[in-house]
Amino acid sequence: MALEESHVRRAAHLARLAVSDDQATGFVDDLSRILDMVDQLQSIDTEGVSPLSHPLDATQRLRADEVTETNQRDAFQRCAPAVENGLYLVPRVVE
Amino acid sequence: MHDKTLTQLATALKSGEFSSRELTSHYLQKIEKADGTLNSFITVTGEQALNQAEEADKARAAGNAGLLTGIPLALKDIFCTRDVKTSCGSKMLDNFIAPYDATVVEKLNAAGTISLGKTNMDEFAMGSSNENSHYGAVKNPWDLTAVPGGSSGGSAAAVAAGLVPAAMGTDTGGSIRQPAAFCGITGLKPTYGRVSRYGIIAYASSLDQAGPMARSAEDCAHLMNVIAGHDVRDSTSVARGVPDYTETLNAPLSGLKIGLPKEYFGDGLDPEVEKAVRDAVKVYESLGATVREVSLPHTHYAIPAYYVIAPAEASSNLSRYDGVRFGHRCKDPVDLIDLYKRSRAEGFGEEVKRRILIGTHTLSEGFFDAYYTKAQKVRRLIRQDFLDVFEDVDVLMGPASPTPAFDLGAKKDPVSMYLQDIYTIAVNLAGIPGISVPAGFAGGRPIGLQILGTHFAEAQLLNVAHQYQQATDWHLQLPAFAEENA
Amino acid sequence: MQWETVIGLEVHVQLATRSKIFSGASTAFGAEPNTQACAVDLGLPGTLPVLNEQAVAMAVQFGLAVHADIAEVSVFDRKNYFYADLPKGYQTSQMYHPIVGPGDVDITLDDDTTKRIRIHHAHLEEDAGKSLHEDFLGMTGIDLNRAGTPLLEIVSEPDMRSAKEAVAYLKAIHAIVTYLGISDGNMAEGSMRCDVNVSVRPKGQEAFGTRAEIKNVNSFRFVERAIAFEVERQIELIEDGGTVVQETRLFDPERDETRSMRTKEEANDYRYFPCPDLLPVVLDEAYLDHLRSQLPELPADKRERFQSELGLSAYDAAVLSASREMAEFFEEVHHVCGDAKQAANWVQGELSGALNRENLSINNSPISARQLGDLLSRVIDGTINGKAAKQVFQALWNGQGENADAIIEAKGLKQVTDTGAIEAMIDQVITESPAQVAQYRDAEPEKRGKMIGYFVGQVMKASRGTANPQQVNGVLIAKLDALL
Repeated sequence: MALEESHVRRAAHLARLAVSDDQATGFVDDLSRILDMVDQLQSIDTEGVSPLSHPLDATQRLRADEVTETNQRDAFQRCAPAVENGLYLVPRVVE
Repeated sequence: MHDKTLTQLATALKSGEFSSRELTSHYLQKIEKADGTLNSFITVTGEQALNQAEEADKARAAGNAGLLTGIPLALKDIFCTRDVKTSCGSKMLDNFIAPYDATVVEKLNAAGTISLGKTNMDEFAMGSSNENSHYGAVKNPWDLTAVPGGSSGGSAAAVAAGLVPAAMGTDTGGSIRQPAAFCGITGLKPTYGRVSRYGIIAYASSLDQAGPMARSAEDCAHLMNVIAGHDVRDSTSVARGVPDYTETLNAPLSGLKIGLPKEYFGDGLDPEVEKAVRDAVKVYESLGATVREVSLPHTHYAIPAYYVIAPAEASSNLSRYDGVRFGHRCKDPVDLIDLYKRSRAEGFGEEVKRRILIGTHTLSEGFFDAYYTKAQKVRRLIRQDFLDVFEDVDVLMGPASPTPAFDLGAKKDPVSMYLQDIYTIAVNLAGIPGISVPAGFAGGRPIGLQILGTHFAEAQLLNVAHQYQQATDWHLQLPAFAEENA
Repeated sequence: MQWETVIGLEVHVQLATRSKIFSGASTAFGAEPNTQACAVDLGLPGTLPVLNEQAVAMAVQFGLAVHADIAEVSVFDRKNYFYADLPKGYQTSQMYHPIVGPGDVDITLDDDTTKRIRIHHAHLEEDAGKSLHEDFLGMTGIDLNRAGTPLLEIVSEPDMRSAKEAVAYLKAIHAIVTYLGISDGNMAEGSMRCDVNVSVRPKGQEAFGTRAEIKNVNSFRFVERAIAFEVERQIELIEDGGTVVQETRLFDPERDETRSMRTKEEANDYRYFPCPDLLPVVLDEAYLDHLRSQLPELPADKRERFQSELGLSAYDAAVLSASREMAEFFEEVHHVCGDAKQAANWVQGELSGALNRENLSINNSPISARQLGDLLSRVIDGTINGKAAKQVFQALWNGQGENADAIIEAKGLKQVTDTGAIEAMIDQVITESPAQVAQYRDAEPEKRGKMIGYFVGQVMKASRGTANPQQVNGVLIAKLDALL
């Protein structure tokens, strides 16, 4: 499956990565080579094989419905780039 | 002191040969002297370490010392540490002071160990040479023109250079075992789910696993006794009893069935590495083990499958770095999308971007089934290969890496870098444990023997590795760099 | 041309767990911003989700209540997109293997007929935070307290054909989740939110028209108005030669219209894949049996029982079973007084009227069901008459007494049935009203019936309302007629 620059641009947009024109060209080269390597997968017959998401056949353990966390806003917001009145600030979002 | 193993240091602390404060100062001085050259640490927490050491000495005086009380360690900078910068090797997190400790860190603190600091690594654990760090490359103490391996390169180099007796690493596709091999130390990647991932910055969640990197298998066993076990904060951690990993270290190996996967001795394997591995296998035969060739037929599909699954998970795991709640934020964003795009473009390095783009592309509409679903199916086949051979043999042996450490700057092409991990990556896809132990040198650079076991066979791997280290002394050798900076 | 409306609803129900779906932070509403957003909710590096057992149990209870298949294995997926109030850059949801499979719910229409609406599936997911657009230095403020609150998203089939059906369906879902106690159903606080998919097609045509999705329509009334506007818009558009585009629209209650959320609709690609931090949720039959055995009586069953066992009208049964609180209140009143019709009349009449006047929910009624039941018992056993009962009701409402008996005693409202006492009062009224007696005597016999009212009123007044009105009436006529 050939990779085109439009694919890279679309992925960059979905992943919210600013990519310059020069970079886009470089990524097309790199990613094409990576995908060529990945394309070896297509040669294996996986008919009837179910996908494996976790290496162990474990099932989800459930947590009791208890409030265990206390307010740590000050500690958490010390590493925040912009806060005001306890809110995280972002450029104005228009809906 | 620096030439002693962690186990020997524990004995010395217990006997009062020196105090933890003396030991800690000794290592801090070594770091001060040598790390300008190696660049193995991102952050050194000297003052905190000395305070911890004093506490450890007090605990010992009060008769409250455990086996590892007062032992200095280092943590890969991927483990969150309360009030200490946790960068994950990235500009993105250069300003991130974690507000909590990872579970592994909590357990190590509770055991009385001391943290000397946070070690260098490939950004977000993506790399096999430690050249992808925002904080610069790390040098291999055995040869300063060589890479230490990656992504836990700082941990491996620091231990090899005698800057710390042991360190914690993480392994997603070989990131403990390959740098351990390149630096001539012992590194264990436990079974997926054996050690809590809580507080370890995620790269690829279904593959990541933390483990010890030290001078010997015995040292690793002591550390595993501390860090292994179920954690209610990690859904993927396994609720299963934890053995005393030191208890079985000396079990005899007579009758041990060793399998040599033929796919691990094929094209691309450096002849000197192959010879070292085969020599090691002969040592095992002399210890009473039997050896046979086995096959893991899907080995060559491990790298392609990994480079779909790991980037897919990473592309999603790394979406949280958006410049809003923590981490790098670009200057003067004009709108939300500009904030995201520039913060992430500035905060992430090239390799991280490549993997985010690959992962985003392979998960996107029209490609998902051909890449992601296919890779997950192949993942099952790869795991089945291992489950099948472990019906017939107890452990597998082979090289940890096809070559000894390569030169800094030697691998410019990402794909040729990826192919380095041919012998380590399938292990993560299958979730089984693996250990790398020093087994010789080629051109002055160490060679690692990799030993693999079935799920939860850590005790057996440590036993098998320890018996080898009783019969050989590769693991006790120190690079000239360590002696020069003693 | 005749048009047919096709409607499907996606209802998001916040589950009434104490803690969040994947963390131990509180879900309480109304806290200071970001004080209930823990490290997991904020998506801080290294944090991991652990699933809340109560969220799972509540989803299953809903599934059982709508006769749905419960998935033996359900899986959480990540829905990847960037938004300011989405901390991790993905929402943990269930795309491919939802916990609740196909089911159905019956709705009752105005003409008392019922219609079955199919449920496509219901899945668990985490709520996002909130963006606050008040001016913070020209910025938007993000509050992540709500992030991680468990949501059950209930997706219907496009089975509704009118706004009224859509509202009836929404009310049915509201009743089910509140009966089950899995949500407070408070739409004003966002505990229940609704996305409406609307399309129109020429009557008789099988293929669906292109639909518009109207986001976040958060009251029963708005659902009705949004659909009405949207249907009209689509029909006009088509009749004017245009075509409906598939898009997301927003309902503006102030202008009573829907409008497109984005001029340039950005094609989404959410890149769903199984969340590697969570494992498959496996439920066994014993677990389902246990939850099944604990299900309360559901609204449809209750309504049916109110009619068949208690003899209520279809209308009364529907009104009284519409909410769990109302039904439980009614049942308690009935239990205490023993008369279903009296209980139904008073709960729907006097009580509901008073609650509406003061804008109170039945949970906050100043009069308890026990108090009302005791009051009605006194009406039924003849201790007080209807008029006095209203006085007692008012006194209870105002907190002027512990119970009906105390108020009756204190106010002396006990109905007087002693014939001697009533006769004495009547004699006195007759003596004091010579003019009215004369008029009565001189009137045509057929007009006397009307004139009796005056005397009854005077006697009731003299008894301060406690005389038994039927008794007064009988004795009065006898005495007045004796004077003719």
